Order: sequence, then C-alpha cells, then structure tokens
Amino acid sequence: MTTDLNTKIFASVPDAEGRFGVYGGKFVAETLMSALSELEALYRQLADDQEFQRELDEDLAHYVGRPSPLYEARRWSDRVGGARILLKREDLNHTGAHKVNNTVGQALLAKHMGKRRVIAETGAGQHGVATATIAARLGLECHVFMGEEDVRRQALNVYRMKLLGATVVPVTSGSRTLKDAMNEAMRDWVTNVDDTFYIIGTVAGPHPYPMLVRDFQCVIGREARAQSLAQTGRLPDALVACVGGGSNAIGLFHPFLEDESVAMYGVEAGGHGVASGEHAAPLTAGTPGVLHGNRTYLMQDEDGQIMHTHSVSAGLDYPGVGPEHSWLKDIGRVNYVTADDAEALAAFHDLTRTEGIMPALESAHALAYAGRLAATMTPEQTIIVNLSGRGDKDIHTVADIDGIDF
Amino acid sequence: MSKIAGRFQQLAAQGRKALVPYIVAGDPNLASTVPLMHALVAAGADIIELGVPFSDPMSEGPVIQKAHERALASGARLRDALAMVATFREQDTETPVLLMGYANPVEHMGYARFADQAAAVGLDGLLTVDIPPEEVAGVNAELHRVGMDNIFLIAPTTPKARIESIVNQASGFIYYVALKGVTGAGNLDADDVARHLAHIREATTLPLAVGFGIKDAESACRVGATADGVVVGSALVDVIAQAAAEGASQEDLLRVAAELVASIRSGLDSIAS
Repeated sequence: MTTDLNTKIFASVPDAEGRFGVYGGKFVAETLMSALSELEALYRQLADDQEFQRELDEDLAHYVGRPSPLYEARRWSDRVGGARILLKREDLNHTGAHKVNNTVGQALLAKHMGKRRVIAETGAGQHGVATATIAARLGLECHVFMGEEDVRRQALNVYRMKLLGATVVPVTSGSRTLKDAMNEAMRDWVTNVDDTFYIIGTVAGPHPYPMLVRDFQCVIGREARAQSLAQTGRLPDALVACVGGGSNAIGLFHPFLEDESVAMYGVEAGGHGVASGEHAAPLTAGTPGVLHGNRTYLMQDEDGQIMHTHSVSAGLDYPGVGPEHSWLKDIGRVNYVTADDAEALAAFHDLTRTEGIMPALESAHALAYAGRLAATMTPEQTIIVNLSGRGDKDIHTVADIDGIDF
Repeated sequence: MSKIAGRFQQLAAQGRKALVPYIVAGDPNLASTVPLMHALVAAGADIIELGVPFSDPMSEGPVIQKAHERALASGARLRDALAMVATFREQDTETPVLLMGYANPVEHMGYARFADQAAAVGLDGLLTVDIPPEEVAGVNAELHRVGMDNIFLIAPTTPKARIESIVNQASGFIYYVALKGVTGAGNLDADDVARHLAHIREATTLPLAVGFGIKDAESACRVGATADGVVVGSALVDVIAQAAAEGASQEDLLRVAAELVASIRSGLDSIAS
C-alpha cells in the first residue's frame, strides 16, 4: 500500500453524489431516482437517531445473537503453519451468515418508511433467507428473486425461504445467476416502488445502498477490532475476507482502514483459474464500467457486454463488485487476490476436519488464501479471517463434486 | 436546429403526432434491421428508435429482454447498431434516428469516440436508460460537441424540482415514461399521463413523447390526445418475434411490422387537429 496515504479520506466516502472516487453513483432509470433520494434522506436522519440505533443494537444482540466470537483456529493454524489464524464467526449468527446484519438494518428502514412488502435478490440463498427471516418477524410480504441455476444448486435454502413464508421467484433470463436475479429485482422495484422496499444484499447497487449496507456490516469489523485487542493484546497483522459483491469484506475491513499496520486481502473467486477466463474476479481481471446502478470493476467483453461468470460458490458468482472495493483497489489500501474452486474445496474439507467448523464455500475462498498467506508469516503474527457463513447449504454441492448421490 | 427538433416542429405545424417505433438492432438477425427501418418509415414512422443490445437490460419487460438476447445471439453490438445507421442513411437522409440503450456499452466505447462515430454515421440522438441527470455531464458534453440530442426520461415519480433540472439539460424531446414499471407493462392510464404531461409543460416547451404500455392505435390515440408523440416498442418487437418464431421470410417480417405501424399511424392521424 502507499505509505503516505491520508487516512482521513476513508471517512469521506461516499461523497454527496454517492461516489467513491470515480466509482459508485446512481445509474438507474428515472422512475427509481426519487425512491433512492427518499431512502437516502431517511437513512441520514436515522443514522443519527438514538432510538433507531437502540432498536438496531437490540435486534443485533437478541435476535442475531451478536457479538459473534473471534475464535483462534489452533489446529488449523498449526496445519498450515506460520501466523496464528483467528476466525470471525459470522457463521454463528442467526440464519448462519453475515447477511442478517444488513437485513435487520434495512428491514428497520422499511418499517420506518411504512412499506408493506420487501424484495431481495439472492445468489447462494443466504441473503434471501436472511430477508425472508426478518420479513416473517415483521409480518412483511417477501419476494426473493433467484437465478434458476442457483435455485437448483441451493435447493435447501430455497425450501428454507418457502418455510419462512417468502415467495421465491426463479429467474430464467441471461445467465440465470445472481446478476440476473438483481436485474429482475430492479424490474419488480420499478413496478412496485410505492409499497415495496428493496433490500439489497451487498455493497453494490445505486447510492445509497453501498453506503448503508457497509454501515450495517461494519459491526463485524468493530467487534473484531475490540476482540483482537482484548484477546491478543494487539491489532491483527492481516485481514482476509472473500469478495463477491463484497459486503462481508467491507464490514470487516472498514473499521480497520485507518490502522496502517493492518494489511487487507479481499479474495475473489478464481473459478477454474483466472487464466481460464471462467471465474468471478472482476477486481483481478476486469475493467471499470456501469452495471446495477453503479460504476465499478466488471467482467465485460470488448463491447461492454457483461460476461458470464463461474464459481463453485453461488454467492461469489457475480460479474461486478461493490464500488468502494474498486476505489480501495485503485488507491492501494486493500490487496485483491483470488482462490480457485479447488483451493476453496480443499480449505472447506481442511477446516471441517481440523476444527469441526464447516465453512460456506464463499468463506472457504478466504480460508484458502489465508492458509497461503499464513505460511509466509511468523507465529508472532495474527490473521483474522471472516468466516462469513456456515457450510450446511453447500453440502449437496460438495457431495456432487465428491461423486456422492443421496 | 437538430433533425429531431425539426421533425417535431414540422409535425406540430401539420397538427400531427410523432410516431416513434422501437426495434432492437440485430433482432431477429443482423440483415433484417435496416430493411425494417425503411419499412417502418414507409408505414408512417417519424423517428426511428433503435435499441442497442445489452446483456442486462434492467428496464425491459420479457418481450424486449428476449429481443436483446436474440440480437446478442445474432452478434449485434453497439458498433453494429452504428453501422446499421450508416447503411440506413445511404437511402434515407431525412428520418431522425436515435439509439436507445444502457450506459455500459457506450461508456466502454468511450463517450468521445461514441460521439465521433455517431456523428459520422448520421445518428441524431442517444437515450440511455440508466444515465440520469446526476451522471450525465460526461456524455452530454461529448454529444453536444457533435450537435447530437440527448433524450431524457421523465417518470410518474419525478418530482417537480427534478423535472425542471431535467428539462434544462434536455434537447430534442422529452420521453415521458407512462407508467411505473418495465417496457411492455399493461397498466397504462391515459388520464394519469395527461395530468403529468400538463405538469411537465409548465416547465418546458420541448415536445413530449410518451412510451411504455402503448400497444395499438387505440392506446396510441388515448395518449396522443395530450402528447406530441408516442413510442411503440414491445408491441412491435412482439409481432416481429412471433413472425420470426414461425419462420417467416424477411418480406413477411417487414409486412407484419409495417402493418402495425401503419394502423397506429392511421389512428394518430385521425386525431390530428
């Protein structure tokens, strides 16, 4: 990273237009512009409202089950060698992933706006489940858009959403994955904008979503920073998190951005290997463009068409990334790297067998890179890995790959 | 005066409404687009709106989404749409043509390069669904440099103050989105459209064309009673798609498209003042 970085800039983004440097913004159809302005105004008002913050904190403590532990994975650390590895256990949250931190927050916004219906896009299904869960609790109608391909590979989460009372809408356009689910959610929102709140699951989309999803997810990094100081007496040397849209990563990284001694690694899905072209790594191999309401790094061809992506993990199978990550890449504060399908699967098995913790395949990408990184460090150093979700939802995918038929 | 503004002025002088058909460049194949454009003009189109295929057409309903998918499968890209305009201009130098699409293909080409090429092929305007006034400065500067109109959308949800800021940056005409929804939706309310158009006219003298939900002569006339023009997209794309799916010859494709446009033309001319 650049050493003369002015740390104050991290608190200055996004600007009033929702930009992180040249990234972000509001690239949506005119019909949605006033809904976004309304949301931004309400959010800015409630962000300083003590009653709202108290309500949010109570939900996070008593419904989500926060704080989540920071757990030292001793046997796994010994196995990979080098630095001590600590896991931020977002998998222990209610619904099994970090996604609920954000849905609880956005659902409170929906309630304050008097919306009776919420919609969401989902890839792996974790955000869909987290949205269906909070909708059940608040008595809101819930529609979740999910690519047909993801409906197939995440059947368990589809059924969970149905049990929670949500309607799961399979999306058959385009590549039938997360990006197409987001297109369809936008189409629903533009049609039902009067009574519907769109709960976006990641730090992408038009302003103010990248800002407010980041703010709701920052509880991860705030806790991890305090836990690291309390449990190890120091800040970690490195942070590692997987990056699809990038919400768990920004949630962990953001509260540490001004700590210059802390290195950060965002791990994109390498799929069959970046050289193969079959991956989901826009920060590693993409170029800036405009998709889903913001300017950011994208996987696109020479004509500006969005490319199909591949990852073994549905939650990382997305051709874009949150605009703040694009900015953090350009200014050099965060390193963006990849782990491929095979490495992630190996890490999935490794952590399961050495720690009794079954990680989500998304999180397994972060683990795979952390293992490589740890081996280059010393036992006096520590790494915090965001264990962003649990792996129960991926058992069918892993069994398929292992040739096991239930 | 731009060709688009000139066309609206000419129609206004005749007491007629502008008919603006929309097709997607390369749908159902590359070879049929320019002949379709000429057939639409012969059937009474005043301005041609040519859709630029995009992998993620977020504001489109199922009919136009599928048209984008067919066009991409036939190999059509932004540069092909520009080439089609150039070919169209070999025979028709009068009818204004505008491209309608999404930001990314234009942004990827580069706004300056796009403007240069667009001017060279004889394009008259650009409408990007996902570049609102807040994000438009870069592209507008380039379009204005080559004398091209940037067509803005105003929606039923656009508040009064925004209408004023939009019309201040717009030229050519204003595209009023008739309903909250995607293209091809069925919930058109002509009275509601009339009320919104009256508000917009308080802020501008630019012509107002209305699109989304207009599918035949009857709906065109209801909207045309208060608008300066109508845009017909999904209904036209749908008749082309159905003919193509049935294996129609190019001649038949042109015929069904021309029939729909001619019937709307005749309806609109029946309400001419």
